[in-house]
Amino acid sequence: MDATKMAAVGLSASYGRGPAITDINLEFGPNSATAIIGPSGCGKSTFIRCLNRMHETAPRATVTGKVFLDGEDIYEQDPTAVRRRIGMVFQRPNPFATMTIFDNVAAALRFNGRHSREETDKIVYESLQAAALWEEVKDHLFAGATSLSGGQQQRLCIARALAAQPEVLLMDEPCSALDPISTAKVEDLIFTLKRTYTVIIVTHNMQQAARVADRTAFFYLGKLIEVNDTKEIFERPKEKLTEGYVSGRFG
Amino acid sequence: MGARIRHGVNLTATVLAALTLVVVLIPLASILVTAFQRGEAALTSPGFFTESPANPCSPRAGTVCHYGGIAPALDGTLALVGLAALISVPIGLAAAIFVVEYGRDRPSARLITASADVLSGVPSIVAGLFIYTYMAANYPQIVFSALSGSLALSVLMIPIVTRTAEEALRTVPNSQREAAEALGITKWKATLRITLGAALPGIVTGVLLSVARAAGEAAPLLLTAFGNNLGFQGFTQPSDAIPLLVYDFATSPYQNWIALAWGAALTLIVIVLGLSILSRLVLARMARRLRGSA
Ligand SMILES: Nc1ncnc2c1ncn2[C@@H]1O[C@H](COP(=O)(O)OP(=O)(O)O)[C@@H](O)[C@H]1O
Ligand SMILES: [Mg+2]
Repeated sequence: MDATKMAAVGLSASYGRGPAITDINLEFGPNSATAIIGPSGCGKSTFIRCLNRMHETAPRATVTGKVFLDGEDIYEQDPTAVRRRIGMVFQRPNPFATMTIFDNVAAALRFNGRHSREETDKIVYESLQAAALWEEVKDHLFAGATSLSGGQQQRLCIARALAAQPEVLLMDEPCSALDPISTAKVEDLIFTLKRTYTVIIVTHNMQQAARVADRTAFFYLGKLIEVNDTKEIFERPKEKLTEGYVSGRFG
Repeated sequence: MGARIRHGVNLTATVLAALTLVVVLIPLASILVTAFQRGEAALTSPGFFTESPANPCSPRAGTVCHYGGIAPALDGTLALVGLAALISVPIGLAAAIFVVEYGRDRPSARLITASADVLSGVPSIVAGLFIYTYMAANYPQIVFSALSGSLALSVLMIPIVTRTAEEALRTVPNSQREAAEALGITKWKATLRITLGAALPGIVTGVLLSVARAAGEAAPLLLTAFGNNLGFQGFTQPSDAIPLLVYDFATSPYQNWIALAWGAALTLIVIVLGLSILSRLVLARMARRLRGSA
């Protein structure tokens, strides 16, 4: 890996009792997608929620260690400013239920700064295009966001995150609530997005990791067991645990 | 065999439900019918909503009684409840936002909720007495004023607004707050423009319910707004109100006033009933709007 966009250094986090993740060291390059895989409960969500400081919004949550974005520790910065640079897509689509499709995408622009109408229109258009949703919604941009199907809602959430013009995009099992066709669309989308963004995607679907990710990190019981190029992880894992997981012996 | 028992249980339940409905509807229907019958003469006389009450009169041979209307009391009620809403909605809303959005498990948040619960159980006459005592000690010139009346009504309205707004805010899924937070939207902007927007129908319902409650209360006004025959004369003057008119006129010996009291009572019932039906419609709309998003 030539350059580092983001890096977790000695990162541990808990929900007040025992640690949920322990001493994670992991780097993410620019213009690439990294998959985080591992059995459920191993701390994947906790880890990526530490990367945009969403973890600390949980009651009694604690974080120690550092997370660098362009060489600067995000835990030394204002969390809202950090979150504007690091977009997040959640497991279940969560469009703003009382807003139209257009307003959902425009939310970050409207709430976080001043943009002219033309600018807003343009960014909304580009974001919906980038999220491969434009063709499906262009004739009813002002319909309620919840009128869309689950798969469309998830792409709307991706468009909403992109409209904030982030540098990094975090996705926590973005396809787990979607049907196969929507899943394929979102996967294609990730493939395109990683040319522009640093994409970090949690998945427990190994085929998905293999399809979209350049690098893959395997987590187990709150620890990072192994990280490598995706091909290596699936074909020549170095650790016994990784091998057991990718060959489907547990998980 | 099992099916037959189940069928029997079902039938019994249906019959019981129908009976309950009748038991609930009979008093409501008979109140409406009685109020209409007794108030009909006054209600149907022109100027019921635009004139002052006519002079007292009981029909004797050869005389015709005029009724006049309830305009002063209606004006007074609108002004009293309007100001009370202006006072209690911001306070109740702010309390609810603090408790739900910022309080988490803070003791101060629990204290607010507990106080609102206790306050909503305070008898309405006590709310009046409290404001009366307070005003007498601090602003003796305006003890009997529309302002006092509105303050007393606010004591009743604030806990209703607070508790219903709390409930409404709690029904907004956390995923909506997370979505806003993850976009780097500041907490107060997200609260004002996203969470509050999603909770709005529930909040409106609470406000309507509190208005309905306040509009029908006579007890807190006896020691505060006091009543007059002129209607609303400004917030530093005593003011009439529909429940006060009902109380005064219904206990008078004059037939035209008694009819006015019934007409006013029916007006009050229709206002309160209308507000609670409106609030149900708003609530149903909210349930529809939030469905399908977790
Ligand atoms: N809000 C929470 N409160 C307490 N414990 C939690 C919470 N969320 C997750 N955990 C615990 O933290 C551990 C890691 O969970 P998570 O990061 O969600 O795993 P994954 O995303 O890999 O399935 C689990 O043991 C889980 O029970
Ligand atoms: Mg998870």
